[in-house]
Order: sequence, then C-alpha cells, then structure tokens
Amino acid sequence: MADNRPLSPHLGIYRWQITMTMSILHRATGVALAVGSIALVWWLVAAGIGPDAFDTVHRFLSSGFGQFLLIGWTFSLFFHLCNGVRHLAWDAGWGFQIKTFYITGYLVWVVSVLLTAGTLWVAYTGGAA
Amino acid sequence: MSFRTPLSQVTGLGSARSGTAHWWGQRVSALGLIPLSLWFAGSVLQLSRADYITVVVWLHTPWVAVLLSLFLVTLLYHAYLGVQVVIEDYVHTEWLKIASLLVIKFACILLGAAGVFTALRVAFGA
Repeated sequence: MADNRPLSPHLGIYRWQITMTMSILHRATGVALAVGSIALVWWLVAAGIGPDAFDTVHRFLSSGFGQFLLIGWTFSLFFHLCNGVRHLAWDAGWGFQIKTFYITGYLVWVVSVLLTAGTLWVAYTGGAA
Repeated sequence: MSFRTPLSQVTGLGSARSGTAHWWGQRVSALGLIPLSLWFAGSVLQLSRADYITVVVWLHTPWVAVLLSLFLVTLLYHAYLGVQVVIEDYVHTEWLKIASLLVIKFACILLGAAGVFTALRVAFGA
C-alpha cells in the first residue's frame, strides 16, 4: 500500500458543525471522567482509613482547584451521560436523519448544562430557594 | 514497499470472531452506568455537606456497598475500554502504545480492587 495517499478527514477545510464538537467533547469528557475515577477511589479509600485521611481529601476537594475539578467532573458526567444515550440511540438504529443529528446535539447541551446547574445549585445552597 | 499481499499481512493477527466484543462490552457497560452513575451522583450530592461519620454510616448500608461495588467495577471497565481506543487512535509508537495500554489496564484493576475492598470492609464494619 502506498503511504502518500491523501488522508481524510481534512479537518482544516471543514465548516464547523455541532456534530464535530459533540464527537470530540464526548472523548474529552470520557478521559476527564476516567481521571476522576482516581479521585473517587481516593475519596472512598480515605473514608475507609479514617477521619484524618478523609479530612485530607476533603480539604483538597474544598480548595479552589478541587472545586474547579469537581465542577468539571460534574459537567463531564452529565455531558458524557446524555451524549452516551444519544450514541446508544444510534446503535439501536435511531436518529440518523441530518436534522435529528442537530436537534439531539443541541438537546444534549441544554440537558447537560441544566443538570450541571441544578446540581451545583443544590451543592452550594443546600437546595434552599 | 511490501510485496506481501494484504491478506498475508493480516493472517495470524488473531481471531476475527472476537471483533465485536470490545464494542459490545462498551455498550452494555454504558447501559449499566446510566442508572448507577445517576444513583452515585445523587448520593454524593446529598453527602456534599456531610461530615466523616455521615459518610461512613452511608457506606455501612448494605445496598450502598452492593451498588457502589457494581458502579466502580462497571465504571472502571467502561473507562478502560474508552481510554484504550483513545490510546490506539493517537499513540502510533508501537512499544509506547502497548506500555500505555498495560499501565491503564493495571491502574483500572488496582483502583477497582482498592475501591471494592474498601466498600466491603466498611460495610462489614471494620
């Protein structure tokens, strides 16, 4: 096989479409969540070890950087979850019309942003109006 | 330039029968993670202001130990399958690709073992 064939896709010449953003963000949020599983197990193991270890994790997660990570993981979880359902629908053979691609793409954004906002609202206010 | 035919180049690289196993495993674990991750997110949200004792009491609940163990195993299995594809797509140096895949696999197994052990240890009252 010759190695100098033109390669596809030509990312540089495509007009932006939401489908590209959804695709790359699905990967990015997935990798972010995989990293998050380290923090999740760290938190759990610390709770098993004792109050001092748990306090260390708690202090890290309460710091500015910790909060940044938690907010990022919250959005990543909801985005990957919603877009994952979109992927499962495709696997079942549903949603391949171009119009449906766009509608479900924007729907994933709306739902995951709303779920993230609701979660952060409850987390920071305790759910009080 | 290789004079070998395309068929001879792929012969001996493994069975074609397990070709859909990765794809199917990713989908089935995704399906399981829908309820499990929603349950976990809801639980952690309720615990977001909780102190150490409250978290340990929560971990003591039998069904929490069961769901948490299932969540961890399914999550790390799904995470491995996903990160595996990312590495296979972007790492083109053969030894680095294999080394990365092994590191990720061992890391996922280690995290799963540590997490499930802790979930059971706390649930059984240590």
